[in-house]
Amino acid sequence: MNLGQPRWILLGLALAGLAGVGLAQAAVDDYVLSIINFIGIYAILAVSLNVTNGLAGLFSLGHPGFMAIGGYVTAILTFPASRKAMFLELPGWLAGSEMPFLPALLAGGAAAALTAFLIGLPVLRLRGHYLAVATMGFLIIVQVLIENWESVTRGPLGLNGLAALTDLWWVYGWMLAAVGVSWKVKFSSYGRSMLAMREDSLAAQCLGVNLFRTRVAALAIGAFFAGVAGGLWAHLVTAITPGTFSLIMAFNIVVMVVVGGTGSITGAVVAAVVFSAITEIFRPLEESFDAYGIAEILMALILLVILIYRPSGLFGSREPGILTAGPTHNPGNHPETAQGGQK
Amino acid sequence: MTAGYIAQQIVNGLILGSMYAMVAIGFSMIYGIVRLINFAHGDIVMIGAFVTLGLLQSLGAPFPVVAVGVLLAGGLMGVMIERAAFRPMRGAPQVTGFIASLAVSIMLQNLGILTLSAQPRNFSFPDNLQEVIHAGGVSFRVIDLVIMAVAVLLMCALILLVRKTKLGMAMRATAENIEVARLMGIPINRTIMAAFAIGSALAGIAGLMWGGKFGQIDPLLGYVPGLKSFVAAVIGGVGSIPGAILGGYVLGLAEVLFVGLLPPIYSAFRDAFVFATLILILLALPNGILGRATEDRA
Amino acid sequence: MLKGISLQVGRGEIVALIGANGAGKTTLLRTLSGLLRPRQGAIRYQADAGGRETDLTQIPAEEIVGLGLSHCPEGRGVFAQLSVRENLVIGAYRRSDRQGIEDDYRRICETFPILGERASQAAGSLSGGEQEMLALGRALMSRPRLLILDEPSLGLGPIIVAELFKVLEEINRQGVTLLLVEQNAVAALDLSHRAYVLETGRVALAGSSCELLNDSNVRRAYLGGTP
Repeated sequence: MNLGQPRWILLGLALAGLAGVGLAQAAVDDYVLSIINFIGIYAILAVSLNVTNGLAGLFSLGHPGFMAIGGYVTAILTFPASRKAMFLELPGWLAGSEMPFLPALLAGGAAAALTAFLIGLPVLRLRGHYLAVATMGFLIIVQVLIENWESVTRGPLGLNGLAALTDLWWVYGWMLAAVGVSWKVKFSSYGRSMLAMREDSLAAQCLGVNLFRTRVAALAIGAFFAGVAGGLWAHLVTAITPGTFSLIMAFNIVVMVVVGGTGSITGAVVAAVVFSAITEIFRPLEESFDAYGIAEILMALILLVILIYRPSGLFGSREPGILTAGPTHNPGNHPETAQGGQK
Repeated sequence: MTAGYIAQQIVNGLILGSMYAMVAIGFSMIYGIVRLINFAHGDIVMIGAFVTLGLLQSLGAPFPVVAVGVLLAGGLMGVMIERAAFRPMRGAPQVTGFIASLAVSIMLQNLGILTLSAQPRNFSFPDNLQEVIHAGGVSFRVIDLVIMAVAVLLMCALILLVRKTKLGMAMRATAENIEVARLMGIPINRTIMAAFAIGSALAGIAGLMWGGKFGQIDPLLGYVPGLKSFVAAVIGGVGSIPGAILGGYVLGLAEVLFVGLLPPIYSAFRDAFVFATLILILLALPNGILGRATEDRA
Repeated sequence: MLKGISLQVGRGEIVALIGANGAGKTTLLRTLSGLLRPRQGAIRYQADAGGRETDLTQIPAEEIVGLGLSHCPEGRGVFAQLSVRENLVIGAYRRSDRQGIEDDYRRICETFPILGERASQAAGSLSGGEQEMLALGRALMSRPRLLILDEPSLGLGPIIVAELFKVLEEINRQGVTLLLVEQNAVAALDLSHRAYVLETGRVALAGSSCELLNDSNVRRAYLGGTP
């Protein structure tokens, strides 16, 4: 096995994806294209949550909150000044500006990461299910703030008429970035500290892993990409409303990470594709039969079955052998502790 | 801001607190015995509300029958949830149990939407219960009085059960040390099931109260009492029944006073306030007011 | 991890299991009580002379006490938030003869007067020695044929240990078989008729307690060397 092998496969996959994107943009019809875009954004979300939940074992339900922050920041920054004046009351420098997509997305991601850092400082001292509930509280607080800070967010009505800036190139590019960063983190010594911390925090501390800093970093990295995903989402739907970023969405992303395998990047991507496909396939069925809720019930059921019979998820904490063949071995192959969170 | 106004707010807070206490007790009982957060607890409240509606409207049943029916429905629901989601998770990391109960909650909500539609339904008790009473500058409806009376009655009954009966002793022992309880010959599966049944029955009847108080029910209504009962239980000390009662009333009063005493702009922030309080308590006073340090939270 | 353990405990005997920390003594007792299941092997238990033999590995832990096997766990295991009286009564959980339970409760309070004095106090407020008495009394409330004790002398001063072991002797005289796991090898060998020495999950030595007390290896390893 030579050193170059894993890199070739990954590079090959990335290039194949690129070709696929080009094909899709040219050949596929708009409806299917938008579905593929959504699937891609869910993949980014799942991969980013995987860093927080899967690698670091911090059970966070607050991800949609970071999406919302990133989404609104991006939207406000790309909004033409004229429209801003119509709907919002912003401070001068903000009201007049209008940014291109990339810096706006970066700003959105950064805002989300900064928020993660700030709330992480108090909240990450909690553990296990208490952390989960605190992150849920964070989500609710964000929702309430967005709904009531009308001068900046236009409240429950949200912002519409956003430019349709998101296309498959952007989604694919950011997905590669998210996967790339996660991969690098996972297989770096930093990633090893995260996994060590997840599996046995006491032992990790003894080995000198700075638990707290590692946790905050895991939260912030996940939050950054969630924020970017929020921005992409807003400019795909061309609107952004507080209702999108709900506990149900948090649950759906958690399902993807858990079913795919907490800690497995490949698992997160695969599960994201499968589950968002399920949702999209069921949507027209639900509408025509007036049977709303079936897709969610199905997802919840799948999750329960996996939790009972294969709690480490489909891929466990690992990446498929062929992608990692070579001296970089898989850290953290312990299915028993592959659920986020310690006692 | 007259004395009468404040008194009214306090009365409202006590009524709300009675409901939160009902739900928080069940939550704490379950947490105390299996050390897991039952996210679906709030949805049992929702089921109780709909069962009440069904019994009242379709059968036109008298109030006591409805109350008993709701208790049974809640208890049955609790037992089913225990068997399906909690028993298989015994021994797994606590977060796994949490996700599982979250999944059950979402299933129940969507089953509700599927079968009952997401439209809110109106809920009204027979007219004699809707009469308003005025006493000493404070007014409330007969149904509010009934809610508080039923709540206090059930709480007393529960405390008697837990302190004086063999089952109650078994539940306390199992909650403290499940292995030694087995050594005593206590049938832990049945004991845990009983705790779920009783706790969920109380949640069911809280659904009856909820419908009576707010007048409108929908399949997603469980979200709010579920989360707030968790907050109440944590305030009082999770796992402790007196703590849950205390926490419920503290939360009810705090919420009503928050809305009633601050300028109206802030009322929308009520829920955010509740959760910010939760986070503060988890960080600063992790065992709540009455709780004991039985596990590490941080 | 235990491997290839084979023990025998006869009716009316006092058998001791001694060994260092980590030798597997607690694991063994927990397997007897049904809290752990062995991967291989059986536990043959005969409740009464001429009675049926049952394999305890096939029986759930909750039912084993009903067969007459009572376990006094490591670290006492008293229910700290229940009262002393409740702790004792819960030992008789499986029994339904109210009068018999009351009589036994009274007898145990006579044997351990301190328990009667503190009947309504929370068990967590008792001292270590008192808790051990409580755990023992609780185990006796089920009228066991076989009583297994996990390190009863742990953390207790020598005077209390001597008292405790005198009580154990008396219990045995009244017909209860005892299986005793102890780190305090001297007291254990003094009290018991036979003993096994457990080392890293295996039975290293077996024999009558007198033999073992005089065995030079045992003396060196567990008895402080000098005669």
